[in-house]
Amino acid sequence: MSSDSAGLLCGYRVLDLTDELGFLCGKILGDLGADVVKIERPGGDPARHLGPFFNNTPDPEKSLYWFGFNNNKRGITLNLQTAKGRELFVRLAAEADFVLESFTPGFLDQLDLGYRALGRLNPRLVVVSITPFGQTGPYSRFQASDIEIMALSGCMSLTGDPGRPPLRVTFPQSCGWTGSYAAVGALTAHYHREKTGAGQQVDVSAQACLLWAFSHAHTFWDLNRQLEKRAGSFMTGRSITGARMRVFWPCKDGYLNFIIYGGEAGRRTNQALVEWMDSKGMAPEFLKQKDWRAFEIAKVTQEEIDRMEEPIAAFFATLTKAEFFREVIRRDMLGYPVATVKEIVEDPQLHARGFWQKVDHPELQAAIEYPGAFAKFSAGACRIWRRAPLIGEHNEEIYCGELGLTEEEFAKLKAEGVI
Amino acid sequence: MEALKGIKVVEFAAFAAGPVVGKHLADHGATVVHVESKVRPDGFRTHYPPYKDNIHGLNRSGLFALCNNDKLDITLNLKKAPKATELAKRIVAWADVVIENFSPGTMARLGLGYEELKKVKPDLIMLSSSNLGQSGPHAHHAGFGSQLSSLAGFTHLTGYPDGPPQILYGPYIDYIAVAYGAVAILAALDYRRRTGQGNYIDTAQYETGLQYLAPILLDYKVNGTVATRNANRDPHAAPHGAYPCAGDDSWCAISVHSEKEWQALCNAMGNPPWAADAKFASHRSRKGNEDELDRKIAEWTSRFGARELMERLQAAGVKAAMVNTMKDLYSDPQLAARGQWVELEHPEIGKMHYQRPPFLLAKTPPGPARRDPLLGEHNEHFYRQLLGLSADEYDALVAEGVID
Repeated sequence: MSSDSAGLLCGYRVLDLTDELGFLCGKILGDLGADVVKIERPGGDPARHLGPFFNNTPDPEKSLYWFGFNNNKRGITLNLQTAKGRELFVRLAAEADFVLESFTPGFLDQLDLGYRALGRLNPRLVVVSITPFGQTGPYSRFQASDIEIMALSGCMSLTGDPGRPPLRVTFPQSCGWTGSYAAVGALTAHYHREKTGAGQQVDVSAQACLLWAFSHAHTFWDLNRQLEKRAGSFMTGRSITGARMRVFWPCKDGYLNFIIYGGEAGRRTNQALVEWMDSKGMAPEFLKQKDWRAFEIAKVTQEEIDRMEEPIAAFFATLTKAEFFREVIRRDMLGYPVATVKEIVEDPQLHARGFWQKVDHPELQAAIEYPGAFAKFSAGACRIWRRAPLIGEHNEEIYCGELGLTEEEFAKLKAEGVI
Repeated sequence: MEALKGIKVVEFAAFAAGPVVGKHLADHGATVVHVESKVRPDGFRTHYPPYKDNIHGLNRSGLFALCNNDKLDITLNLKKAPKATELAKRIVAWADVVIENFSPGTMARLGLGYEELKKVKPDLIMLSSSNLGQSGPHAHHAGFGSQLSSLAGFTHLTGYPDGPPQILYGPYIDYIAVAYGAVAILAALDYRRRTGQGNYIDTAQYETGLQYLAPILLDYKVNGTVATRNANRDPHAAPHGAYPCAGDDSWCAISVHSEKEWQALCNAMGNPPWAADAKFASHRSRKGNEDELDRKIAEWTSRFGARELMERLQAAGVKAAMVNTMKDLYSDPQLAARGQWVELEHPEIGKMHYQRPPFLLAKTPPGPARRDPLLGEHNEHFYRQLLGLSADEYDALVAEGVID
């Protein structure tokens, strides 16, 4: 809409000290136009070694993982383990609006760079502390990667086949959930700071963020002492009889996601499907006779569900994903194909909305199409403004240009391994 | 609950994608009004278990409760134009923010599109959250997040390489859109404060979900690689999985990302001879013999309780975590220490655990403080006290079924 105008958060400065658990938080603020400075250790962030890589060539300047979550940031290097490094950080933090960090709780306090110190220095500062389990509590010092967060949040207990191990999503999800909910926390504190002048620390727990990923599964226990468990490719919890419903149906070239729903939308879909099946001579009489207005999903039994699923499965097996998707749109039914990244990239809807955004990578002699804005705003812009930084790319710009270090001081700090 | 105090929000919204945005604002003190109608209550009230004691009732839904604490609930039958339309506009004129998640085009058909609403509230911030966005050839297609999670690629990435995709519980992607929706509103409020301008925000739940998959979307764009599901395996770690523990369906996740962590795990296992085998000497060799590695680890882990194993391995410097069940979440000591669950009394549900935000603000602690509202519970309070309708106006609108 207004991609020429300034970003909604233009003018705010964010210092980003996070590891991959927090990358997305800074990127979101950057999408909205904030000036985000990614601070890496000298030599570069370890996440630069995470694949996939540009042209499948492992290289710290070619990590697509890095590109995807650190665009819209400038980049500097800084060694916080040195006194001079800490002094430089303090100078930056004195002028900043946000500091994002994901160290083990207490680490920054030991360096005298925790919220207590920074908040005294800059009372308006919002410090967003992003960790697997939070700043306090018995697990606060536990180490965790994606799979441990998915385990303790409960997500894995709901994913996978019964009788086999609980599963996570193969591409890590916890960093997305944590980074984006951290951004909500950052801007909640920001709203309050702009109103009152008082900054504060925002304590983000990845485990708690992931509680939202599975919606209300736990409330079955809370209300009725029923334990929702992993059910493979089936959905449970929609009927009080405990009936499970097939979600994934094999088709000619993959799988379809189709669920027998109730409610008004379900009635429309079930009716439309039977008509479609009938047009191909594949709707059995009992399905054609079914009164969908009287169909109550919350009371349906397993027997009824099984009987309906059989002819539907036979029908879906004759379709391709594309055929299914086309008819779902045309007949206004509920259901979607199980898309791969290829099908997502080819989806005309995303193209029509201008979702993909070309970003230049001159050092790779390439322009890469990125997933673009997360929202369209009528006033103020949200977009990709710049590719992810190279290691130390903006050292000179920020240390000399903005902090006012002389060329000599800059060279000396470099030689001392501070930057 | 001070951080967002003073912000007035009205939701023409149902299910999760719209109302949970409002919940996050309400948890921090915003005044949020959830608009329903007796002829068309929120779908979570009508057909989305669990209901307390498995007895269906409009005020017995656990999911509605979870999504709507600290809100006011009013009824307004939007089908009763023009009076309902006028009343809706008065509510909008009172508000700072409108959240809606009807199918695209519905609000405009009701005479409540952004252009119309701007006339009564020039600096209005309005969030429209939809499946696929307000524009484009598929814009009109409505749907549920549980299926959109498949269109957006998530379920293809879940399960075994030789098996079907596996379900992600509930409307997974809706709650991704919730985070982005809340971010968008808070950014728009800041923008309005600085420029005086309102905003119309169009979020496609689809596009917000794809933000989480950026690296593998780039991998396809650049390298033509189609990412696929690979159970619990990870290219950067081995072992990496959920391992069986003593007891029924009890598991502990363990991952080893470095030689240091591998040594720590070997020490914790008492350095068994098999672990010293050349087959497991490096990350590469462990990846090459991962099935056997997993079997060996599983033999060892099955001797321990999951919690005991987690604590033992964490103390030894190994990343490990028990797989919490839904029941476990209510007694998880870490969540308890954060006060993650707030128990409040509900007249029909009884004791219900409401959920605190996953981000805690030290100086302005969040709610929940009030249980979710009953259908139409705040009609009189809102319409009379906050909106300022006279007793006669209010009674007439009730009599006509506009307020139903």
